Amino acid sequence: MRTAVVVFPGTNCERDVVYALGVLGARADLVWHRETDLSSFAGVILPGGFAHGDYLRTGAIARFSPVMDSVKAMADAGQPVLGICNGFQVLCEAGLLPGALVANRDLSFICRPVHLRVESTDSILTRSATVGDVLEIPLNSYEGNFVVPEADREALHTVLRYSDAQGGVDDDANPNGSFHNIAGVANRRGNVAGVMPHPERAVEDLLGSTDGRILLESYLASLAPIHV
Amino acid sequence: MSEPIHRQLGMTDGEYDAVVGILEREPRPAELAMYSVMWSEHCSYKSSRAWLGRFPTEAPWVVVGPGENAGVVDLGDGWLAAFRIESHNHPSFVEPYQGAATGVGGILRDIFTMGARPIAVWDPIRFGSLDDPKNRYLFSGVVSGIAGYGNAVGVPTLGGEVEFDDVYAKNPLVNVMALGLLRREQLVLSAASGVGNIAVLLGAATGRDGIGGASILASASFDEASAEKRPSVQVGDPFEEKKLIEACLELYDRGLVVGIQDLGAAGISCATSESAANGGMGMDVDLDRVHVREADMTPGEILMSESQERMLAIVTPEDLDVVLALAAKWEIDASAIGTVTAGPQLKVMHRGELVAELPAASLSDDAPLYHRPVAVPEYIETAWATEVELDLRDVPNVLLQLLDDPAIGDASWIYEQYDHQLFLNTVIGPGHDGSLLRIKGTDKGLAVSTDGNGRRCYLEPRAGSARLVYEAALNVAVTGAKPLAMVDNLNFGNPEKPGVMWQFTESVEGMSEACEALGIPVVGGNVSFYNETDGVDIFPTPVVGLLGLADPMPQSPPRLDRAEDGMDLWLVGDDERDGDLAGSAVARVLGAPHVGRPASPDPAAARSAVETALALAHVAPVLHDVGRGGLAVAVAEICIRSGVGCDLMEREASSWFEESPHRLLVATAKEDGPPAASAKRIGTFTGTNIDFGTHGSVSVADAASTWRQAIPRRLH
Amino acid sequence: MKIQVEITRRPGLRDPEGATAARALRDLGFTSVSDVHFGRSIVVEVDGDDRDQALTDVEDMCRKLLANPVLEDFTVEVLD
Repeated sequence: MRTAVVVFPGTNCERDVVYALGVLGARADLVWHRETDLSSFAGVILPGGFAHGDYLRTGAIARFSPVMDSVKAMADAGQPVLGICNGFQVLCEAGLLPGALVANRDLSFICRPVHLRVESTDSILTRSATVGDVLEIPLNSYEGNFVVPEADREALHTVLRYSDAQGGVDDDANPNGSFHNIAGVANRRGNVAGVMPHPERAVEDLLGSTDGRILLESYLASLAPIHV
Repeated sequence: MSEPIHRQLGMTDGEYDAVVGILEREPRPAELAMYSVMWSEHCSYKSSRAWLGRFPTEAPWVVVGPGENAGVVDLGDGWLAAFRIESHNHPSFVEPYQGAATGVGGILRDIFTMGARPIAVWDPIRFGSLDDPKNRYLFSGVVSGIAGYGNAVGVPTLGGEVEFDDVYAKNPLVNVMALGLLRREQLVLSAASGVGNIAVLLGAATGRDGIGGASILASASFDEASAEKRPSVQVGDPFEEKKLIEACLELYDRGLVVGIQDLGAAGISCATSESAANGGMGMDVDLDRVHVREADMTPGEILMSESQERMLAIVTPEDLDVVLALAAKWEIDASAIGTVTAGPQLKVMHRGELVAELPAASLSDDAPLYHRPVAVPEYIETAWATEVELDLRDVPNVLLQLLDDPAIGDASWIYEQYDHQLFLNTVIGPGHDGSLLRIKGTDKGLAVSTDGNGRRCYLEPRAGSARLVYEAALNVAVTGAKPLAMVDNLNFGNPEKPGVMWQFTESVEGMSEACEALGIPVVGGNVSFYNETDGVDIFPTPVVGLLGLADPMPQSPPRLDRAEDGMDLWLVGDDERDGDLAGSAVARVLGAPHVGRPASPDPAAARSAVETALALAHVAPVLHDVGRGGLAVAVAEICIRSGVGCDLMEREASSWFEESPHRLLVATAKEDGPPAASAKRIGTFTGTNIDFGTHGSVSVADAASTWRQAIPRRLH
Repeated sequence: MKIQVEITRRPGLRDPEGATAARALRDLGFTSVSDVHFGRSIVVEVDGDDRDQALTDVEDMCRKLLANPVLEDFTVEVLD
């Protein structure tokens, strides 16, 4: 049960994702964005980075990459599709997830660990966690500020929110101005998810936190289609 | 009558005569442009070369020493590290964002040119006081440029250091160091070889960016109006560089390049001549094959353009199609622009016309070499004869003033804008003494520290420069890494002033002595002269970049945030030396006259401190070099980061702020006893105050809030 | 009064964002695209009715803050 990790020109977290999945005992292969056939993969991850330099808008050019038709097909088939950071932005641009990610409230890049509270376990990103769990995961983005049009708010499926270390969700715990402190969302079905912070950066004690494991383990546990 | 063209290009009459001597004729315009740039101080090191031979450069683990794009050292088990340091001072003053950004791009190319994947960048930066809006603009622009380029190109920035002093107001220093990792078999050198092999230009289109010697080009065929349009600011494109990195690394993996060279100063003319000369060959270059951004560029412009994100690869004719296809896959442009010849001539054609024909090696090998006059500057005698006088009795208050200093205060405003975690190697990131990166799949770790101290070097260039080496060595040693090799960035004023040359030669001597004492080879460096504005030179500001190897890496390396209530605090190192306040942080922060003579280092004490740190790094939870601001600041840093107070033993007020070298702070559990024979207990971690006994105390909370606000409060 | 400011990259300077967008457009089948140039548009609202003074002021604002004279050119125009 292999995972495809998509590489757009400008993607840079692809090797980290493959490495982190490897730490968890899973196999993943890099797939160039011009690839059109993902049929041999059970799931796909769009990793972080700067696809196409983030020029124009983040994700705006990447959503037209040839590989995206297959990504959409996998999403439709109920297979797990996970976007991390820039990958989340691409999934939003591609219409697979609601909302968009815009420049951080303070207009500066933020690279530091943040706390996330699990809001829903009905997704490929959180199914192995428990609602209310607080995870410490590194954030690393300039355009991490989640916005969503009024019309889409009702149906929003929030899976992770920025919180303090005790799980308190308020403005002080919101690093980038995201709507409702949202750090991760999923589609209704739960098989397509996006998360702004980087779970793959938190799988080893040596590097400071292992809280990302439960999120990646959730993804791996979903590798068989979740709604048969 | 206007000046002769060569003088407008900054060439002396003697240098021009030398060109005529080499060519045995008057140079063509494009040739003169090439010599003028290649023989500039920046490219030829003509004022410094005579002295750089002083550096010790050899050790059994040195694979590539000075002279290539980056130094390379052996880490064992088939692993090599490539690293280099560069400056982008002037471009960053003209346009801080692009200047800093293109500095990052340039240093990365130096690393992947060697076959290495760049894994980390450090940025030692220096500005005028943040009280001045112009300096705030430069500072925040430079930080965003480093972040904007580094984050997008996908190489983590692990920190660096920052200083503020008005001597840098009109001449900020923006240095950048990069580190790459490679397997031994991946090492690539720049030399072109094999007659008939093809030179392929890879990457961005060539435009009119940063062309040196614009006046000769104008005089050749341009009127004033078009010259006006010629931009000199180089614009970086991290996206192009990212593609270029991946494409080049795949070229190496598949064994498709014979040699490769990045394009920097003097662009195509430098890359073609250097790769030909390094291989003892010549090259025929056809400028019509270069992919250009604008159709009407002159041959001189194409040759001298400093457009960023370009590489010149030498490949065999058989592999050419594969190379071009690989470039297309990575979505970068590539053109075969030249052919390697038996030499020694570099021949350049443009629209069927010969525009340059010169011995390839003459651009580098025949460059002028100057032994400029050296004399002790006048300020030294007075400075050395004057004592630093400071009232340091109110220890808590002086400490708070130091913590409020933006060079000492929390630097997270800077480094949280940098992606410092990418590649999952960062064991110790920014905000500590040295950075520590693990090498995946091994027990090894690589440590790096960058260190500079212009104020101290101004008062005592030899001792000050030597102490940088010792300080850097201690900074890597506290992570458990043995100092392995060094690069240096020598930022100095105008070398035509004998006083500046004295600072320079003393500094080289000091660093060399320290390197010899610790057995550290120098594997590369950069000299940046003419850092002067309105006739005022910057402080002599050598910056060292030291690489250390931890093998094995400590399981749990010491950190500043691991002190706990009940632990003892120990000082290791000579605590009896005379006070060292000349050139110190406290003297600067309290506005004392810039006088005195900083203490000379003690090589034996330095070695012993490094040895002790190396041993303790495997057992001590906290191990911290005593640096800027002395003991008081070092203790406060541990207390703030660990969130615990400290009861300190009595000592003379001034001794809390003196910066005597070769000292370490160690925290250990009470039952562990002294961490080293020479260790002296100076306190116990407890409570919520940093308590200086009869000198008073300050709460950790107050110290922390002052420290955290030191940079932000000056920017908002 | 509303003053429209158009900020463009100085001629000859590299525009990586434009070049990337041009490549993507060609990939999407717009093969006639030879180049794309990015700029910025700003509207400044000023009090008073002296058009010349307003234009002079806004030009000054451009030089001091709104544009980066090292990299960018600008034009100003009164919007009716």
